[in-house]
Amino acid sequence: MVVRVKVNNEWREAEVWPGASLLTFLRDRLGLYGSKNACEQGECGSCSVWLEGALVCSCLVLAAQAHEREVRTVEGLMADERLHPIQEAFVEAGAVQCGFCTPGFVVAVAELLQKDPTPSPATVREALSGNLCRCTGYQKILDAVSLASSRMRGGT
Amino acid sequence: MNVDIRRQGGVGESVRRVDGIPKVKGAFEYASDLHRDGMLWGATLRSPHPHAQIISMDVSAAAAVPGVVAVLTHADVPGKPTFGLDVQDQPVLAKDVVRYAGEAVAIVAAEDPELARAALEKIAVNYKPLTRVTDMEQALEKSAPPIHPQGNIVRSLTIVHGDPQARADVWVEGMYETGMQDQAPLGPEAGLAVPAADGGVDLFIATQWLHADLGQLAPCLDLPPEKVRLHLSGVGGAFGAREDVSMQIHACMLALRTRRPVKMSYGRQESFYGHVHRHPARIWMRHGASRDGKLVNIQARLLVDGGAYTSTSPAVIGNATSFAAGPYEVPNARLVGTAVFTNNPPCGAMRGFGAVQACFAYEAQMDKLAAALNLDPIELRLKNALRSGSVLPTGQPIAGVAPVRACLQRLQALPLPPEESALDRDPMLLPGGAGNVGHGEALKRGVGIAVGYKNLGYSEGFDDSSEAWVRVSVDNEGPLAEVKTAAVDVGQGLDTIVTQIVRSELGIDRVILRQPDTAIGSAGSSSASRQTMMTGGAVQLACQAVRAEIDRQGGLADLRRPVEASRVFHHRSTGKLDANGQGDPHVTFAFGAARAVVEVDQELGLVRVVQLAVAQDVGRALNPQSVLGQIEGGSAQGLGLALMEEIALVEGQVKNASFTDYLIPTILDMPPVISEIIEEPEPGLPYGAKGVGEPSTVVVPAAVVAALRHATGRELRRAPVKPDDLVGL
Ligand code: FES
Ligand code: FES
Repeated sequence: MVVRVKVNNEWREAEVWPGASLLTFLRDRLGLYGSKNACEQGECGSCSVWLEGALVCSCLVLAAQAHEREVRTVEGLMADERLHPIQEAFVEAGAVQCGFCTPGFVVAVAELLQKDPTPSPATVREALSGNLCRCTGYQKILDAVSLASSRMRGGT
Repeated sequence: MNVDIRRQGGVGESVRRVDGIPKVKGAFEYASDLHRDGMLWGATLRSPHPHAQIISMDVSAAAAVPGVVAVLTHADVPGKPTFGLDVQDQPVLAKDVVRYAGEAVAIVAAEDPELARAALEKIAVNYKPLTRVTDMEQALEKSAPPIHPQGNIVRSLTIVHGDPQARADVWVEGMYETGMQDQAPLGPEAGLAVPAADGGVDLFIATQWLHADLGQLAPCLDLPPEKVRLHLSGVGGAFGAREDVSMQIHACMLALRTRRPVKMSYGRQESFYGHVHRHPARIWMRHGASRDGKLVNIQARLLVDGGAYTSTSPAVIGNATSFAAGPYEVPNARLVGTAVFTNNPPCGAMRGFGAVQACFAYEAQMDKLAAALNLDPIELRLKNALRSGSVLPTGQPIAGVAPVRACLQRLQALPLPPEESALDRDPMLLPGGAGNVGHGEALKRGVGIAVGYKNLGYSEGFDDSSEAWVRVSVDNEGPLAEVKTAAVDVGQGLDTIVTQIVRSELGIDRVILRQPDTAIGSAGSSSASRQTMMTGGAVQLACQAVRAEIDRQGGLADLRRPVEASRVFHHRSTGKLDANGQGDPHVTFAFGAARAVVEVDQELGLVRVVQLAVAQDVGRALNPQSVLGQIEGGSAQGLGLALMEEIALVEGQVKNASFTDYLIPTILDMPPVISEIIEEPEPGLPYGAKGVGEPSTVVVPAAVVAALRHATGRELRRAPVKPDDLVGL
């Protein structure tokens, strides 16, 4: 079947088998490899994207469900070739090691800070509890979130 | 990744990761992201039986599926039929016998991954189940069927130190167990094999050690090594899981047969079958001490389950046994270690490599001994701590620094987190948090400490080295340094360290790292906390050679032709152990100590780790932020082993091969980690820096379980500790 999706503000279409996930469609059909596949079961958050503005695990969504709808991926986060402040903060805080979890975390943090620009530590932990990282022990990811939150509110 | 960095700091500064920007953008190419026009997808058929004879195999139906381009079995392996890091005893594809559930039996290449998987189901294999050995003690019984012709013992060693009959005033004894842990790197095993015009193959691969892969691939593919070219692809974590070959040979076989590029990328479930795990261990120990708390005699028996093939079991049991007495001076000891074959999945390298299991046992013993002597546990440890010059049970003296006391004292000086009342607390901060299961009526707090150590680099006479090439030129943007090694940044940050070294040695801002491949000499593995020492050392030497030539030519400003140099770094040589386990086996050591504060809900058996504190001997921190990242990440994996991570095996079958069932710590499980970096430069190592990846993983499991014992008064002799072990106190 042919699936047509508006990805990062651009209409794209490709042929997929009916059982294909949105993640497979984005990666293997559209060449958008930023969303990662680490579990295919909705457990790790590495594949998170926005579907019609809602953050979803793209491994759990069928490509067909995104047909004629709007998807935003980590590749759509930068504006004018400039890193998003959350991306900046991840690099600066040392929240990236192997980086495999990073795109998923970056979009989850973007979602969080959009809803709650000044989240409490407990809120941050809860919001990111669906994202696994095997390298960092999460401490520097928490640092990155507070850094990003303060920067996005105009702090330094 | 070719990275261009400017204006970054040198050695000792917390400079940003050189690969940080592509990684946050989602633009960094991992092996699972590799693709080529016209590529095929490979898939692997695995044995459902832990031990069985293969009576017959019929691939014709699979080969007939439209879109399937090749179906290969053992008969198609071009060269040597087996591979392995130490002993080549694992079949590339099983021939007559399968020795574990998950062993590779056949491989398929097809036009897309769905077709490849569908074709696997059409391969008919007729198995005759054989008696299985799925328990490590059963493997040693006379009646146990031999899993390999030489029997079921992979390696057995005995370390005899002083007079093992020596009498002591006080004895304590215990049995301890640790489970099979999975490295669970988030990036799956993946690679892309591309057939070359010269009849050879190019493999783009996520690995820890390009040249060890090459050394196993070339004979299996029956190609001269120069026709098997490995190129590093992006690595999504490793932790030991990528030390052994997984899909490398299979992808190359399929590419060579089909003459098309072939990609293989495991899913999470297959990843649990496709790599080795941390050895489960059963350890008996008996510690004897004088009335005033000096260790007199340590007796230990360690048994580890190596699973179906050798992998790195000989080195793991060598480590576990040589560290069994802990970071303490003891005049007399008898330490016996045995690794066995079973029909469980093969075990091999994982962060901490034998030292983790030993520490879990010896630190539990030290707490028991402290209780028996009525001494403070830290005092007992301080009284017996190793120091520079101490002689280990192997007879090896500690030549370098050994800040065991400093590690313990730094922890001692840290205030404990304040006790919080359970009543007015956010339920998320109770054990079981997100489950909202309890109200904290039955909370009990516990504090535990552990200290431990581990070797850096390979041991027991392994001839270890790393090669680096450095070239300096001047173009219209100014001076440029280019560096090439075969060393792998698995996420630990080696590429950043290398650029810092180049900047410090050459004073050049612009550094380009060439992509590692097998065209240069081996860098050894990104394991055993060795790359900063080994590849860092090689890069330093190459830079110094280039620097000398630049100076000879009158300095950078006058440089007319590019200057380049290659250098190989060797660590000091070590030796094998003799029949009494005596020798000079280890290059040097890193020490660490951890303190865990836990809360146990006594009714539910649920645990909240309130805080971890780790004091670690790092020699010198070349990039402090990245050292902290290693300590924190290593602590998380230690917490996982203590509380939740275990491959559940039932009769040799993995029952939890998914992230739904195999739990790794989430952000809710991880407490704040307070890291105390202890810098005492190690003589003889580049910049005095020790590897930093492993000590926290070695000590945290022991500290967490010690804290649980403190909270509950239970013996808790097995990790991971399950709620059932804690309920109904
Ligand atoms: S790959 Fe989708 S949640 Fe893990
Ligand atoms: S940085 Fe490796 S999994 Fe998070």
